[in-house]
Amino acid sequence: MPERIVVPFGPQHPVLPEPIHLDLVLEDETVVDVVPSIGYIHRGLEKLVTKREYPEFVHVAERICGICSFMHGMAYVQGIEAIMDVEVPDRARYLRTIWAECSRLHSHLLWLGLFADAMGFENLFMRSWQLRESVLDVLEDTTGGRVIQGTCKVGGVRRDIKGEKLSDIQKTLPEFEQQCRDLTDVFLNDESVKYRLGGLGVIGKSEAYDLGAAGPTLRGSGVDWDARCLGYAAYADLDFKPVSHPAGDCYARCAVRLGELFTSIDLINQAVEKMPEGPIDVKVTGAPDGEYFCRVEQPRGEVVHYLKGDGTKHLTRARVRTPTLANIPPLVKMLPGCQLADVPVIVLSIDPCISCTER
Amino acid sequence: MGFCTMAKIVIRNLVHGPATRRYPAVPQRACPITRGHVTLDPAQCISCGLCMRRCPAQAIQVDKAEKVWEIDRFRCIACDACVEACPVKCLTMETTYIAPVTEQTVERHAITYVKPEKKKKPETGQAEG
Repeated sequence: MPERIVVPFGPQHPVLPEPIHLDLVLEDETVVDVVPSIGYIHRGLEKLVTKREYPEFVHVAERICGICSFMHGMAYVQGIEAIMDVEVPDRARYLRTIWAECSRLHSHLLWLGLFADAMGFENLFMRSWQLRESVLDVLEDTTGGRVIQGTCKVGGVRRDIKGEKLSDIQKTLPEFEQQCRDLTDVFLNDESVKYRLGGLGVIGKSEAYDLGAAGPTLRGSGVDWDARCLGYAAYADLDFKPVSHPAGDCYARCAVRLGELFTSIDLINQAVEKMPEGPIDVKVTGAPDGEYFCRVEQPRGEVVHYLKGDGTKHLTRARVRTPTLANIPPLVKMLPGCQLADVPVIVLSIDPCISCTER
Repeated sequence: MGFCTMAKIVIRNLVHGPATRRYPAVPQRACPITRGHVTLDPAQCISCGLCMRRCPAQAIQVDKAEKVWEIDRFRCIACDACVEACPVKCLTMETTYIAPVTEQTVERHAITYVKPEKKKKPETGQAEG
């Protein structure tokens, strides 16, 4: 029997954009056990809720994550609106949906680039990020920020998108969709990519569900669950079907994210077409008194914001369950049995976002 | 199939040149609503301190007695909250990002606003007389 050795993986590793530490127990080159540990970048953002007034905390909530920032802000304001029984205008709901889907597009394209980089396909990495840039340009033109949009507020949104800008966005969608199709073609049909990803880091349907996997990790194992089905924002009015893949390996998780690019493009298209006229915000007075669990589908999976207020301007408690935290137990299950050289690809396949996880 | 698609993209990129720009030699891409950095018009600021209270990052300090407005650019998150809160619209969100620096300093601005003297109401007795 070969001798067991422990190889530390991270917190600083070329494949990791953010610090997570894994102790890999190896027998020769094969991983037999994994012990994850986090806690390198805790910032105490949840505690800040007691120091900032609830309308201002949305700026802090957006900065929980540097990629899915808009959806953190949206989850927070939806929670506050639910506690305070605020009816958000229809136009604001649609605008939120458009920005949320743009965020999903840029997040998935970012991940696809990083994933291509992790498997050593540098050209594809550059191409994915080149496409991402066009989404960031749209976000900047409509919100004023490339990554941190800052447009959500309690009671609606801060900025409107004018009619001509909306039609401009819609006009660019077919070309963008074609570019995404070319990208998908490379990711899903290239022999070297298939060989690198197929059968790697497999997790079955029931196992993924039992371990509480979220987002593309769950849907990549064949579970058709997407929090957008709850119908928050404008999703209830739009035609939408979750993307899933039955294989449960790295290739399947990649395919799910690629499929979601087209779902997002379609949702933006529908939202632009159905965009109602009217005000973009309502005046909110008073302070939240009560508690609420708000669930929103982020690019990485379902995020849960728990908010509790006591009728003062400062909330008493905020708690965020991020999708990456939910995806760490499935990751620990995926790794045993794989080769050491495959670990970076499998770790990246769950799209780890550690700054979210630790807040 | 994948190879041909990628080869086309690579050749197109070779012809079109780089997708990146040599910032800061070439200015950043900006649109009219880009949130770059906040500037103050000291001649209009009434030292009300609303920007300081609304700032989620506590980057702004306003000293009413000394008539000084300070901003720590390292703390500022360019969220636009102060610009929205300002009652006299003396804060502006510029579209350019601040230049990189090697030392953290707090930017101080002396407020030059002078409260206009109230016009004396004409005394009613004299007016009537």
